[in-house]
Amino acid sequence: MTATIDPLATTPARRTAQPIPITRLVKVELRKMFNTRSGFWMLVSIGVLSVIATGAVIIFAPDSAVTYLGFASAIGFPMSVILPLIAILAVTSEWSQRSGLTTFTLVPDRGRVIGAKAIAALLVGVGSMAIAAAVGAIGNVAGSAIASVDTVWDISSSMAPQLVLGNLVGMSVGFTLGVVLRNSAAAIVAYFVVSLVMPGILVLLAQVRPWFEDLQPWIDWNTAQEALFLGATDTAREWAMLASTTMIWIVIPLVVGLLFLRRSEVK
Amino acid sequence: MKSAHHEVSRSDALSTARLLVTAAHVGVRQVPAIGREYDLGAGLPAAQRPARGLMRARRDAARVEPMITVESLTRRYAGFTAVDNVSFTAQPGRVTGFLGPNGAGKSTTMRVMVGLTAPTSGSATIDGVRFADLPNPCLEVGVLLDASAQHAGRTGREILTIACDTMGLPRTRVDEMIELVSLTPTEAKRRVRNYSLGMRQRLGIATALLGDPRVLILDEPANGLDPAGIRWMRDLLTAFASQGGTVLLSSHLLHEIEVIADDLVVIGNGKIVAAGTKEELLAAAGTLARSPSPRDLAHALEQAGITSTLASDGSVRTEAAPAHVGAVALNAGLALTELRSAESAGLEEMFLSLTTDTQREGVAA
Repeated sequence: MTATIDPLATTPARRTAQPIPITRLVKVELRKMFNTRSGFWMLVSIGVLSVIATGAVIIFAPDSAVTYLGFASAIGFPMSVILPLIAILAVTSEWSQRSGLTTFTLVPDRGRVIGAKAIAALLVGVGSMAIAAAVGAIGNVAGSAIASVDTVWDISSSMAPQLVLGNLVGMSVGFTLGVVLRNSAAAIVAYFVVSLVMPGILVLLAQVRPWFEDLQPWIDWNTAQEALFLGATDTAREWAMLASTTMIWIVIPLVVGLLFLRRSEVK
Repeated sequence: MKSAHHEVSRSDALSTARLLVTAAHVGVRQVPAIGREYDLGAGLPAAQRPARGLMRARRDAARVEPMITVESLTRRYAGFTAVDNVSFTAQPGRVTGFLGPNGAGKSTTMRVMVGLTAPTSGSATIDGVRFADLPNPCLEVGVLLDASAQHAGRTGREILTIACDTMGLPRTRVDEMIELVSLTPTEAKRRVRNYSLGMRQRLGIATALLGDPRVLILDEPANGLDPAGIRWMRDLLTAFASQGGTVLLSSHLLHEIEVIADDLVVIGNGKIVAAGTKEELLAAAGTLARSPSPRDLAHALEQAGITSTLASDGSVRTEAAPAHVGAVALNAGLALTELRSAESAGLEEMFLSLTTDTQREGVAA
C-alpha cells in the first residue's frame, strides 16, 4: 500500500480536448472483438476451420469437386455461421457483459460507437474472406496437384463480390439483431431462428398459399443470400429482391433499434 | 434558484442545517432550500446577480464556484420516481459525500450525470457543460459507477488499454495506473472474471484516473476494499481534492464518508433531505447521553425544559450542550454512563434520523 500518488500531481488547467476521431474508435472496437477469450477463439476458429475444410475437400471430395468453387464452398459454410456471431457479440457484449457502462461513458455518443462497431465488423468480414480466399487458393493448387487433376479456377470476377456480399448480408442481419435485442443469448437464438427455422416455414407457407409464393423471395433474406452465394444474382429483379429483403431485415430494424439504443438506459 | 435565495447569510444557512436535522426528527421530509450557500448565482444573468460587495463576501464564505451542478433533476420510471427534483453542487478542492439508503437514487443520479441515463427533466453539468457534450469526457471526468460492469473475459490490463486507446493517451499510462492502484503485473494479466471485488474496484479506480481528470464521480468506490485499501483510497481522494480536484463519491459506508468528506449531500426516496458542509450537519447533532435509567433522565431533562428523544437503544439525545445535560443529570441525582457530543456518533445518527422515513427497516431514531 505504498503506491505513490505522483501521477496525480500534474492536474492541469482545463485542456482543450479534441473530439475522439472515428478511426480511433474503429481500432478500439476491432481490438475489443478479439481481446476476450470467446472473441479470440472465434477468430482462431475461422482460420482453423478454413484449413480443416480445405483438408477435408482434398481428402474426401471426388476429383470433380477439387475446384476453387469446391474449396470456397467448403470454407464458406463455417464462415457464414461464425461471422454473424462475431457481429452479434460485438454489439451485445456491451450489454450482456455490462462493459457498455464504461464504453458509453468514454464515448457518450452511442451512435458513433455502434457505427465504429459496424465498420469494424465489416473489416473483419472482408478480412476473413480474404484469408479464406487465400487458404482456398492454396488448397486448390495443392489439392489438384495431389489428385493429379487440372487446377480449376471456377470463381468468376463477378461471382467473388457476390460471395463477399452474401456473407456481409448474414453479418448485417446478426448485427441488426444485436442492436435490436442487446442480449447475446437472445440475439444468437434469434439469428438461428431467422436463418434456419424461418426459411423453412416461409417455403412451407409458399407451398400451401399460392398468393405467398410470389411474395416469398421478396421477404425471405435467406433466399437472396443463397442467390448471392451461388453468384446467381444477375437480373434487376433479383437485385430488387435483395434490396427488399435488406430493407425489411436490416435497414428498418436497424434504424428503429438504434433510436431505442440511443435513448435506452445503460445499467 | 431565485435571486432571493442568495440573500440568505451563512449563519442563516447554518441554522437551516440545524433545522433540517431537527425537522427530520418530527418527520418533515423535504426541505426546500438546500446548499444555497454554495450557489453564487453562477448561472444567472448579470442583472439578477447579487451586488458586487455581497458577491465577494459570499465568495469568501463559499470559496469557489461549483464544478458539478445538478439542477432540479428528475428521473421517472413507469409508476415510480427514482430521482425527484434533486439539486446540489460539488466544489473543486473538496470531497462531496453523496449519502443515502439503498435505492434512494444515488446511482441513478450519478448515471444521469455521465449520460448513461436520460433525465426526465432537469440537468447535470460539469463546469457548465453536459458530460455527453464534452469532446473527450473522460479526460475531464473520471468515472467509476460499477466495478463489476466489465467484460469478464478481458484481462485487467486489456480493459485499461482499451480505455487508454479510446482517450488517445500513451500506453505508458496503463502501467502507471496499474502501479498506482497497487495491482501486481501478474494480477493485471489475469481475466477480470477471477478478480475479487476489491481488485475490480482498484481496476475501476485506475480507469477513472487514467485520463488525469479534474473531477471524479465514484459510486461506492470503497466497496469490497480491505482496510488498507480503504485507507489508501481515502488518502488518494484527499490528495486529489487538495490539488484542486472535485470529488463526488457516494457510499453507504458512513464512517468512510465521515472521515473523508468535506461536504455532504443526503438523499432519501429520491429527494435531497440535507446538504451542507460536514461540520454544519454534524454540529446539529446535539448531545447523546446514556444512563442506567434513561426514562428518568429524559424526564429530568423535560423538567429542566430541554426536549429530548429516547432512542430504542436506551440513549437520550437532545440539542442541548453536553455540559447542560450533565448538570441536569447531577441535579436529578442520576448516574450517567455516557455523555458526549452526538457529533462522534455522528454521521450514522444523522443519516438514520434524516432518512428514517425512507429506510426499509424503519429504524427508530
